[in-house]
Amino acid sequence: MSTVVLLAITGLGLGALYFLVASGLSLIYGLMGVLNFAHGSFLTLGAFAGWEIARRTGADSWVTFLLSLVLGAAVGAVMAALTEFLLVRRLYERHIEQVLVTVGLGLATVALFEGIWGTDPVFITGPAWLEQTTSIAGARIPNDRFMVIFVAVLVLLAIVAFLKFTRFGLIIRAGVENRSMVTALGIDVRKAFTLVFAVGGAAAGLGGVLASHFFGYVSPLLGGSLLIFAFIVTVIGGLGSLTGAAIASVAVALLQQFANFYAGGTGDLAVVLALAVVLLTRPSGLLGKKA
Amino acid sequence: MSALHAPILTVSTLSARIAGQQVVEDISFQVPSLGVTALLGRNGVGKTSTIKAILGLIERSGEVTLAGERIDGEPTHKIVTRGVGYVPEDREVFASLTVAENLRLAERDDNPRRELVEKLFPDLVARSAQLAGTLSGGQQQMVSLARALLNDNELLLVDEPTKGLAPKIVAEVAETLEEAARTVPILLVEQNLQVVRRLAAGAVVLAGGRVVHTGSAQALLADEELTKRLLGVHGGDDSNQPAPAPHASALNPEVRQ
Ligand SMILES: Nc1ncnc2c1ncn2[C@@H]1O[C@H](COP(=O)(O)OP(=O)(O)OP(=O)(O)O)[C@@H](O)[C@H]1O
Ligand SMILES: [Mg+2]
Repeated sequence: MSTVVLLAITGLGLGALYFLVASGLSLIYGLMGVLNFAHGSFLTLGAFAGWEIARRTGADSWVTFLLSLVLGAAVGAVMAALTEFLLVRRLYERHIEQVLVTVGLGLATVALFEGIWGTDPVFITGPAWLEQTTSIAGARIPNDRFMVIFVAVLVLLAIVAFLKFTRFGLIIRAGVENRSMVTALGIDVRKAFTLVFAVGGAAAGLGGVLASHFFGYVSPLLGGSLLIFAFIVTVIGGLGSLTGAAIASVAVALLQQFANFYAGGTGDLAVVLALAVVLLTRPSGLLGKKA
Repeated sequence: MSALHAPILTVSTLSARIAGQQVVEDISFQVPSLGVTALLGRNGVGKTSTIKAILGLIERSGEVTLAGERIDGEPTHKIVTRGVGYVPEDREVFASLTVAENLRLAERDDNPRRELVEKLFPDLVARSAQLAGTLSGGQQQMVSLARALLNDNELLLVDEPTKGLAPKIVAEVAETLEEAARTVPILLVEQNLQVVRRLAAGAVVLAGGRVVHTGSAQALLADEELTKRLLGVHGGDDSNQPAPAPHASALNPEVRQ
C-alpha cells in the first residue's frame, strides 16, 4: 500500500512537471500551429535562474525559494516572448522552417548553457521542509512532490481563469478554433501570439525551478528530457487542449511510474505504447479538435 | 441606379490564388454606397474567393479601394477595422464559445450596437450562455449576422447567408438584411434568386473566376434566357420557387415587385 501511495504521489508530481511544459506547448500549437522544440530551453533557463538567485541569497530561505519561482517564471516568459518576436514571427505557416529554427534554438541554447554552467549537474537544495518527508498511509513522501503538485494546480487554475475571463483569453480560445475568422473580426491575432508564448514560457520557467527541486539537480539537459514527455503528453491530450494536457500529464506520469516499478523499468516503453494506442484510435488526442 | 452613388468598394484587376491555383482572375467591379449588390455565379466560380481576396484572407493582387482608400496591401484585421463586416459562408461561429462570447469577441469598439442586435435576434439573448456549436444552423447564422451588425460598418460582405436554411428562416434572414441595407451597403453572395430579387439592386456575375456580367439585378432576373445562361438556373419567379413563408408577407411589398 505504501508503495502505491508513494508511486501515485510521485507520479502526480512528475505529471505536474509535464503539465507545466505541455500547457505552453499545447496552447502554442493550438493557436499558431507551431511545434516549439525550444520549449525545453525555457525550462532549463528558468531552473538555472532560480539556482543563481538561491546560491546568492541562501538556498534554505522560503523568501529565496519564492523569489526563485518568480524569477524562473519571468526569465522563461521573457525568453519565450523574444523567441516568438525575433524568430517564430517571421515563419508563420512555414512549418518546416519553424521546426528547423526551434530545434536549432533548442540545440544552441543547450550548448550555451553548457558554456555558462558546465555540463555537470548542479545540485540543488531548498528550504528545510522541502527536503523532508511526510508520512501518508505508511509511505514517506518527499515534500517537494506536494509543492510541485500545488504550484502546477495553481498554474492550471490561473491559465484557465486567464482564458475564461480576459479578452486576450477569449481571443486565444477563439484563435485555437479558427484563427482566420478571428482576424476577420478585426482582431490582430499576432499580439495574442507573443502573449501565448510568454504565458507558456512562464509556466515552463516555473516548471524548471520546481523540476530542479524535484530531481535535486539542474543541468543543461534538464529541459530536453522533460520536453520529450511533454510532447507525448500534448499529443495524447489533444494539441490545443489545456484540459487534455492536464489529464494526459497525470495519466502519462502515473503510467510511467507504475510500469517502472511493477513491470521492470518499462515506464518509457509503456508511455510510447500509450501514445501509439491513442494515435491509432483517436488521432486528434483525448480532447483535441478534429484534425 | 448604381451610377447615382459613389462606390464604397472598387475592385479592379483583382486576382487571387489558393494553394498556388488561380481562383479569381483579373476581376473588376464596384459596389455602390447604398443598397445591396449581388455577387452571383454557378458553384465554384470564385464568389467566396473574391470576398476572401477583398478581405485579404487569401493571397491576392490588384487594386481594392474602400471609400477611396487602397486596402489591398493591408492585413485582414486592419481592413475589417476600417468598417467591413463579414458574414462568411458556413457561418464560422466559434463552436466552443458561448453565444455571448461570440458576440463579445466581435465588438470592435466601446459602443457596440447591442440593443439593435437584441431586438433583431431575441432568440440569441435567451441563448447567450449556450455554446454556439450546439445551436441550429439557423441560429448559428443569426450569430454570424449579429457579429457583423454589432459594429458600425461602411460595408458588409455577406456570403450565402441563406444556405441550408428552412424557408421561414430564409425569409427572416432576408428581412434582416433588408433592414441592414437601409444603413449600410452590402455585397451579397446568394444562390436563392428569390432573395436576390427581393434585395439586390445591382448584380455582378462571375464565371470561371472572371466577371461575365454586371448590371441591374432586376433586369438580369427578368431575362430568363440570360439568367439561365449565366447562372444555370431558372430566373426564380415565384411560381418556381418554394412558397414564401407566411412571415415574408409582412414585408415591404414594393421591394418584391
Ligand atoms: N482551399 C482550397 N484549395 C484548393 N482549391 C480551392 C480551395 N478553396 C476553393 N478552391 C477552388 O477555388 C474555386 C472557387 O471557389 P469558391 O469557393 O470561391 O467558389 P464559389 O463561387 O464561392 O462556390 P460556391 O457557390 O459553391 O460557394 C473552386 O474551383 C474551388 O474548387
Ligand atoms: Mg462560396
